Amino acid sequence: MIRFERVTFAYDPGTDPVLAEVDLHLEEGELVLVVGPTGAGKSTLLGLVNGLVPHFTGGRLRGRVSVGGRDTATHPPRALADLVGWVGQDPAAGFVTDTVEEELAYGMEQLGLAPDVMRRRVEETLDLLGIVELRRRALGTLSGGQAQRVAVGSVLGAHPRVLVLDEPTSALDPVAAEDVLATLARLVHDLGLTVVVAEHRLERVAHHADRVVHVDGRGTVTAGAPGPVLARHPELAPPVVALAALAGWEPPPLSVRDARRRAGDLRRRLAGRSPGEPVPPRDRPPLCRARGLHVAHGPVTALAPADLDLHPGEVVAVMGRNGAGKSSLLWALADAAWRSGGSVALADGAGAALVPQTPGDLLYLATVGEELAQADADAGARPGTAAGVLAGLGVELAGDRHPRDLSEGQRLALVLAVQLATEPSLVLLDEPTRGLDPVAKAGLVAAVASLAAAGRAVVVATHDVELAAAAAHRVVVLAGGEVVVDGPVAEVVCSSPAFAPQVAKILAPERWLTVEDVARALVPELRRP
Amino acid sequence: MTAGPARAPRRSLHPGAWWLWALGLAAAATRTTDPVLLLALAAAVVVVVAARREADPGRPGLRGWVVAALAVVAVRVVLRVALDAQHGPTVLFRLPELPLPAAAAGIRLGGPVTLEPALAALYDGLRLAALVVSVGAANVLANPRRLLRSAPAALHEVATALAIALTVAPQLADSAHRVRRARTLRPGPGGRRHVLRQVVVPVLTDALDRSLALAAAMDARGHGRVRSLGRGRRGAGGGLVLGGLVGTAIGAYGLLDAQAPAAVGLPLLVAGLGAAAAGLALGRTRALATRYRPDPWAGPEWAVALSGLAVAAGLVAASVADPANLHPPTQPLVWPSPGALPVLAVLVGFLPAWLPAPRARPPRRPPGGEVAAGTGGDAEGTRPAVGAAP
Repeated sequence: MIRFERVTFAYDPGTDPVLAEVDLHLEEGELVLVVGPTGAGKSTLLGLVNGLVPHFTGGRLRGRVSVGGRDTATHPPRALADLVGWVGQDPAAGFVTDTVEEELAYGMEQLGLAPDVMRRRVEETLDLLGIVELRRRALGTLSGGQAQRVAVGSVLGAHPRVLVLDEPTSALDPVAAEDVLATLARLVHDLGLTVVVAEHRLERVAHHADRVVHVDGRGTVTAGAPGPVLARHPELAPPVVALAALAGWEPPPLSVRDARRRAGDLRRRLAGRSPGEPVPPRDRPPLCRARGLHVAHGPVTALAPADLDLHPGEVVAVMGRNGAGKSSLLWALADAAWRSGGSVALADGAGAALVPQTPGDLLYLATVGEELAQADADAGARPGTAAGVLAGLGVELAGDRHPRDLSEGQRLALVLAVQLATEPSLVLLDEPTRGLDPVAKAGLVAAVASLAAAGRAVVVATHDVELAAAAAHRVVVLAGGEVVVDGPVAEVVCSSPAFAPQVAKILAPERWLTVEDVARALVPELRRP
Repeated sequence: MTAGPARAPRRSLHPGAWWLWALGLAAAATRTTDPVLLLALAAAVVVVVAARREADPGRPGLRGWVVAALAVVAVRVVLRVALDAQHGPTVLFRLPELPLPAAAAGIRLGGPVTLEPALAALYDGLRLAALVVSVGAANVLANPRRLLRSAPAALHEVATALAIALTVAPQLADSAHRVRRARTLRPGPGGRRHVLRQVVVPVLTDALDRSLALAAAMDARGHGRVRSLGRGRRGAGGGLVLGGLVGTAIGAYGLLDAQAPAAVGLPLLVAGLGAAAAGLALGRTRALATRYRPDPWAGPEWAVALSGLAVAAGLVAASVADPANLHPPTQPLVWPSPGALPVLAVLVGFLPAWLPAPRARPPRRPPGGEVAAGTGGDAEGTRPAVGAAP
């Protein structure tokens, strides 16, 4: 269906190619997962499939890419629109019309389908994706999961045979992500579509995949069955594969269900051992006391009055659906201007620093070096403070790079360093894992742990259950602007079907959260002193 | 067609009808400085918008346009009062006079303020204000994006650029809000230059990113698929449209400007419209895109459009018959007394407020029951004639 023959591609002829000598053949009716570090060329690979690369982006393509027999070198994206449906990273950015129904019809209008055919296909698409009740909604009012499903629907009307999606779940909460991925799996099974998905959160999607394509960032692309490919790249592997490697299951299972069926032995070995739950260090007085914190936008309550104590050295994960009030809670903690009422008392001398959802909003200078120097000047710190923080986070950035050219993980680290130059004692991170690859995410977990070890309190709003399991001591779950639960991480996430990490699901009813916990329990010398 | 027990659901009026109505009112406003007529025109706009605006929380209402119109009037009157209002017989009050250097002889700042020039400025300002609210009403009543969807194929490229601009512009406000919020997190140095950089740079890069993302999505979904025509026919079509539009513009100007020679008015307008129509017809054969549930143009559309055009026609006729009647003199000061024809014409502009809202037509049932589904339906999916635009 999709054939890459000796494909070499470079955005700039003078630089190293993003993809080099790639040979790839994807069959009809496969769900193909594209994995690899940020900036390795996953989006480039996806763009090559529908011709956006090189027709829209520019660059030099050698070799031949053909889809359904059409050569993408001679067919621009619009001439492939009836064959390849493409959904970009931010579905809302691709919406052209005003309402859901018009958006579903837009692609068909461009193809010149007859009105009665369009009418029929719009109804079919609404049913297929389960979005009938959304048909008259304005596109701007959709939630993230709804917008993603409408975006998928908007390309299905053209009856494409290939569907290409770039990180379809990165902005979604766990339940909405599961909905979208189940929809994709259904399209593969029922309609025989070939679906190509790039995704960082492999724990969400690996078990749906028929094939995994690994892009290594140096131009090499390998493809194969999911289990073996992921086992070869342990840094990318989802927890279930890592646990399989630890327990010696061969071939590695990809779904929680398969792993559970083989986990009886492991559960017996772990019986009687305890995960050594991370106890929130509460021996010191709280660093931050929030009382009756609430946020209202006009008549809409974003956050109902909430109380929160944060202790030094504590990491708190704030979870909940999209729009549950997570961001409102963070902004209200950070700055009085965003509170409608309530008080936040910080221990003396302590400041708060917030890294917003789109960290790039804080950057406005031309180079990394200027940003760091400006941060020192603004904070009144001695020169080199912010650069030192950045180095402490384990990220090396050349001072002359432009902040917009950084990968998501690098940009997050830069903004974190800029914000930490003021030496705040309360650090607030809003959805930091969006767009982070597993390696960058591991770096973030380590950075959060070192911030906490230095006596700071860290609050992370996140959809990422694995991040919460790995980094947090305590979890606050919000729903509709109200605090539903506030408790130790194991207690809160293990009992929740939406927020339980993979290891907890596999080893339930015991409360194991991460592969590291299990490894420490199994290997005595790794156990904490 | 028998009406069922439940009435057919309302549909929205074709956006073109609202634009024609509003442009008719605007054209009428340019022909007069009679404050009574102008206030009546503005009232017609406000009444019709209040009656016919569709509830859509996402789109701004008429308020901003009214504010802009009032600002126009205020600026006009204040400037006149400050600079050049001493020539009338009726002195209202005296402003302190500013002595100006000899180089600025002939300009007087301040001094006695008289009623007549101030009123003349007010009349003039009202005319501009009526224009502004008319155009505003068209924007409020008709979604500009829906209007663009009805744009003819020959104007495809222009319509695409406008569609992207219309989509990205409101998002600019969002990203400006987001960036300003983020700025509070990293206060940084004060000063105008820094503020500009801190807000403008991220917002503009955001806008560029969004435009590119939208353009990529539109391209990937087949936007811009056209049948290839010969180079000559494409050129001819484009030339005809462009020349026709220029002719139309000059003709419209001639018609609206009472001092222009008669030959520049109607004949040029008609010739321009003809050329543009021919060009659009040529371009039509290039079009491939179809419309999903197009806005129909039926009785209600005709009624609204004609009511607006009738206002314009009435005032043009009145100004041809007796130009002085539409421009009440301020020296000597006379109470404006417009004739019956212009008053009646302006009243026609109120009509859309009471015209019935259009209703969707019940679906036609083809003989033989079920709507034919799947008969030859999917064959259109891949047209062999489709190619890239050359």
